[in-house]
Amino acid sequence: MLDMLLEGAIAFMLIAGGIFAFIGSLGLTHLKDFYMRLHGPSKTTTLGVGCTLIGSLIFFSQENGPVIQELLITIFAFITAPVSAHMLAKSALHHKLKPDPRTRGNPQELESDRPKHTVEEAPQGNSPLP
Amino acid sequence: MIATALWIALALFSAAIALNFYRAVIGPSLPDRVLAVDTMYMNSIALIVLFGIWVNNKDYFEAALLIAMLGFVSTIAVCKYLLRGDIIE
Repeated sequence: MLDMLLEGAIAFMLIAGGIFAFIGSLGLTHLKDFYMRLHGPSKTTTLGVGCTLIGSLIFFSQENGPVIQELLITIFAFITAPVSAHMLAKSALHHKLKPDPRTRGNPQELESDRPKHTVEEAPQGNSPLP
Repeated sequence: MIATALWIALALFSAAIALNFYRAVIGPSLPDRVLAVDTMYMNSIALIVLFGIWVNNKDYFEAALLIAMLGFVSTIAVCKYLLRGDIIE
């Protein structure tokens, strides 16, 4: 009975991790500008990989006692993902990548080449970005 | 049950890596490509862990840990290069 329950938990963790990682990569592929694309990998893929690693932890803990080492990768991924996302966003601002024109607000770093608008009246309609 | 879940997860992670590779090839700017490669190494960690479950061997976890650490350091190094034009000033 307990074996069955553990197997179900492992299978659920593996499939949930795969679905999360796939959704993150889907966002990376077809969102419009870089600042939107950053969301997918930095949040969703990290959660997906974390789920898979926890599934693996349960799998290897079944036979002889708990195996804690796999938690190391999970913790490391959860610590480092925001740091690398922050660095990537900084380098994108430094290169002055174009945001989608419907984006609200005017970041200071991009101010020179963007039309002025307040937060309430952001332009509507279709984006010219691919 | 685990075998089926393993196959589904392997297929999903492989599809994710294919999508990342597509973004790394077409990515219009340099940070896009760096982000795509960063995501690719995260997904490859999960692939290695899934392979470890498949062959029922605990040792593959060390390879995954190594990839995680080196990938993070290389992402930070490339970002630093894009920001400053130099890695260690």
